[in-house]
Amino acid sequence: MRLKIITTILFVGLMLFLQTQKTVATQITVSQDGEITSVQDGINQAQPGDTVFVKEGRYVEYDIRINKRITLLGANNAVIDGDNQGFVVVVEADSTVIKNIEVHNSKAGFMDDYAGIVVEGAHNVRIEGTKLVDNFFGIYLAKSKGTVLKNNHITASRKRETNSGNGIHLWYTKDVEILDNYVAGHRDGLYFEFVEGAFIAGNESENNIRYGIHFMYSDHCRYERNTFRDNGGGVAVMYTSNVEIVDNHFADNWGSSAYGMLLKEINRSQITGNTFTNNSVGLYMEASSRNNVQGNEFIQNGWAVQLMANSTDNKFNKNNFVANSFEVSTNSRMNYSNNFDKNYWSQYEGYDLNRDGVGDVPHRPVRLFSILVEKQPQSLLLLRSLLVDLLDAAEKFMPVLTPETLLDSKPQMEPVL
Amino acid sequence: MISIKKLRKDFGPRTVLNELDLKIPAGQATGIVGPNGSGKTTTIKSLLGLVKPTSGDILVDGKLIEGEWQYRNKIGYMPQIARYPENMTIGELFQFIKNMRDSDTNRDRELLEYFELDNEIDKRMRALSGGMRQKVGAILAMMFDPEILIFDEPTAGLDPKSSVQFKRLVHEEKKKGKTVLLTSHIMSEIEELTDHLVFMVEGNIRYDGPMHELMERQQEQRLEGAVAKMMEETAA
Amino acid sequence: MKTLTILRYQWKDLLRGKWIVGYGLIYLLIADAMIRFGNAGPKAMLSISNIMLLLIPLVGMIYGALYLYQSREFTELLLAQPIDRASLFWGLFGGLAIPLALAFTIGTALPMIYTGMILTANLQSILLILMLGIALTLLFTGLGFWFGLKFFEDRVKGLGFALVSWLFLAVLYDGLVLLAVFTFGDYPIEKPMLAMALANPIDLARITVLLEFDISALMGYTGAVFSRFFGSMMGVSVALSCLMLWLGIPLWRSQRQFEKKDF
Repeated sequence: MRLKIITTILFVGLMLFLQTQKTVATQITVSQDGEITSVQDGINQAQPGDTVFVKEGRYVEYDIRINKRITLLGANNAVIDGDNQGFVVVVEADSTVIKNIEVHNSKAGFMDDYAGIVVEGAHNVRIEGTKLVDNFFGIYLAKSKGTVLKNNHITASRKRETNSGNGIHLWYTKDVEILDNYVAGHRDGLYFEFVEGAFIAGNESENNIRYGIHFMYSDHCRYERNTFRDNGGGVAVMYTSNVEIVDNHFADNWGSSAYGMLLKEINRSQITGNTFTNNSVGLYMEASSRNNVQGNEFIQNGWAVQLMANSTDNKFNKNNFVANSFEVSTNSRMNYSNNFDKNYWSQYEGYDLNRDGVGDVPHRPVRLFSILVEKQPQSLLLLRSLLVDLLDAAEKFMPVLTPETLLDSKPQMEPVL
Repeated sequence: MISIKKLRKDFGPRTVLNELDLKIPAGQATGIVGPNGSGKTTTIKSLLGLVKPTSGDILVDGKLIEGEWQYRNKIGYMPQIARYPENMTIGELFQFIKNMRDSDTNRDRELLEYFELDNEIDKRMRALSGGMRQKVGAILAMMFDPEILIFDEPTAGLDPKSSVQFKRLVHEEKKKGKTVLLTSHIMSEIEELTDHLVFMVEGNIRYDGPMHELMERQQEQRLEGAVAKMMEETAA
Repeated sequence: MKTLTILRYQWKDLLRGKWIVGYGLIYLLIADAMIRFGNAGPKAMLSISNIMLLLIPLVGMIYGALYLYQSREFTELLLAQPIDRASLFWGLFGGLAIPLALAFTIGTALPMIYTGMILTANLQSILLILMLGIALTLLFTGLGFWFGLKFFEDRVKGLGFALVSWLFLAVLYDGLVLLAVFTFGDYPIEKPMLAMALANPIDLARITVLLEFDISALMGYTGAVFSRFFGSMMGVSVALSCLMLWLGIPLWRSQRQFEKKDF
C-alpha cells in the first residue's frame, strides 16, 4: 500500500517535471553536422519563446531575420559570417535575446547602413556577450525602446572614415542601457542621435577613427564610468540638454582637432568627477550654457579647457588642473558670467599667508601666451621659455589682452580631490 | 744638448724671435743676456713648449720637441715670476708634482732644509713671501734631479743670503755635469755661474760663444763692461 | 693616469672652496621646495627643469671662464711638467664639469629619493631631467672654457662675453624667434623655426623638456611639420644629436685652442 503511494507520487512528479520542461521552452540546435545547418532555418523552425542554440563553427549567412521572440544563443566560437554580402542579423521582434555569438563581416556601403546586428522597431531586446568583428556598423538600434546592450566586444579594422561605420549606433531610441561594452576601430565608437533617457556606463571606446562617443539631440542621458581613449577626435557632445557626464575617463586624444570632450550647444548639464588626461584639448566648450563642471581632474593636457566666448553662465568649481601646458584659453577678452572658483591650479604662483588653504591672490588661468599661440600657432615652440614666462608674468600683473573677469578668486593651495 | 734651428716667433705683427739659430752645449752652463724685450724668456718658453713657435725647430738630445712632452722629464724649470695654486700648501704642491712625474724622491726634503723652509711645509702658497715662492720654484726645478736646468731670472726676488745659497747650489749641479741655462740681469751672476754666453737683441743673436772670448774681444775685465759696450754698438 | 691625478687635486681644491657645495645645496633646496609645493607630480619636475634651464647655462658659462682664469697658475705650473696638453685640458675640464654635474645630480635627486618621489613619479621623466642637466652642465662649461681661452688675457672681456651670451641665448634669442614668427607668420616658417630652435642649446634642451611634458599641446598644433617632427622618434633623435653636436663642438674648439696656445 505504502509502496504504491510512493510510486504514484514519484510517477506523477516525474510527469509534472517533464511537462514543465516542455512548456518553458524548446531548444533548437544549429550545428555544422546536424539536422539544421543554417541559423535562419533554426529560427524559422522555432516557436516564440524558444532558444536557437548555435554550435561551434562558421556559418556563412547574411540577412538573418529574427521575426519572433526567441533567444539566439551561441556556443564558444560560434561565428555567423556575413561574407560582406549584406546585414548579418536583423532583429524585428520585441524581447529578442542575442547572447554569446560572434558576428563577422557585414557588407560595407554608402546606400544602406549595413550592420552586424540591426534592431529596428523592436523593443526590450537584449544583446549580451556578443563579439562583433569587422562589420560596417556594429550594433545598430533604430526606433527601439528599453533595449539593453551588455558586455559586447565590437572591433573593426577599416582605416578610412568613409568605409567604416559606427560601433554602437543609436537612432531614435528611448530608455536604452549600454553597459560594459568595448568598441574599437570604428568610425565613431558610440553614436547617438535623437536618443532619450539612455544610461551608458562602464564602456570602453578607443582607437576609433573619428569620435569615441558622438551624440547629438539626445536629452536626459547619463554617461558614467566610461573610458574614451586615443580616438581621432576624442568625444563630441552636441545640441543636447540635461546630460549627466559623470566619472568618465578621457585620455590620450592627440591631434589638431582632438578633444578629450567637445561640447557644442550643451545646456544645463552636469560634468562631474571626470578625468581628462593627456589630451591635446581636455574640454572644449562652444555655445554651451549653464553647465556645472565640478570635481573633474585635468592632468597634463595641452589645453585643459578651451572656453569659447559664446559660452555663458558655466560653473567650474573644485576641479584640479595639474601640469597642463595651458589651463584655460578663450577667443575673446569677454567673459560672460562663467565662474571659476575653488579650483586647484598647478600654475598658481600666489601664496597663502593666513594658511586657510586658499590662495590670497586670485589666479588668472588664461595666459597671454595662449593668445599669442591662438594668433600665431607656430609660436607654440616657445612654450616654457624665459621670455614667454616674463610676458605672462607682466600680463598677469596688468591684464591687457586676457579677459579681466576670468579668474579664480579662491584658488586652492592643495589638490581638491 | 739643445739645438735651436731657425726659430721664429711672432706675436701678432711683432716678431719676437727672428730665425734664431742656437746650440746650447751639454754639461755646461749657458747664460742668456740682452736688454728687456730681446726674447730671452720667449726662447726659454719655446724650449719648454709653453710657447708654440711660428716656425723653426727645437731639438733636445737630437729629438724634435714639437708635440712631444716626455722630454720635459729631463728638464727642471724655475720661472721668472713663480705663481702657484693659492690654496695648496708647499707639501701638497711637491707631493702633487711628484705624483705627476711618478717619482718618490726625497730630495725636496733636503732642499727645503737647505733653504730653511722645512718649517713652512704646511703653509699655503698664498701666505708665502715673494722670496719664499722663488725658493719653492728653485726646489721644484731641482728636486727631480733633471739633466737640464732652466732658470729665468732666478735671484730677482731673493735676499743676498738666499742668493748666495742658490748660486752655491747651481755650482754643485754644474759639477754633477748638468746642463744649465740661465737668464739674468745681474752680470756678475752670469759671470760667476756660466761658461758660455748668448747675447740677444730684438730676437737676434749678437754673440754666441765662450764668455772669456767675448771679454777678450771687447778688451774688458768684467762682463758688465763687455755687454754694455756691445749694447752701445748695437744701438749705434 | 695624469689626468686622474689632476682631477683628484682639482676636486679637492674645489671642495675646499665650498662653492661647489653651495651650488649643490641650491638645487637641493629648490628641488625640496618644488616637491613639497608641487605634490611630487609632474608639476615639481617642470619647475625643476625650468630652473635648471636657466641656472645651468649661466653657472656653466660664467664659472667655466672664471675657473680657467683662477687656475692659470696651476696650468702654467703643469705645462712645464712632463704632461701633454690634451691630458691637462681634459683634467681641467673634468675637474670643473664633473663636480658641477654631480652637484646638480645629487642636489636634485636627493629630495626625490627622500620624499619617495622616485617611486611614485614617472621614472622616465626624472631620468630625462637628470640626463639633460648633466648634458647642459658639460655643454655650457665647455662654452665657458671656450670663452675663457679666447679671452685668456682679458678676464673682464671673457666674463662679459659669457654673461652676454647667456642673456642672448636665454632671453633675447627667443624674442627674435617670436618677432620672426609674427613678422613672417603667413609664410611656411615651421622649418626655419625648428632650425632656429636647434641652433640654440637652451632652446634645444627646452624642446626636449616639451617633448616629455607638453607633447599633448605640441600634437595639438595644426601644422604638419611640427607634428611629423614631434610625433615621431625623429624629434627626439634630431634633438639629441644636435645636443651632442653642441656638446662636442665647443669642447673640440677649446681643446684645439688650448693646444695651440702660448702661455
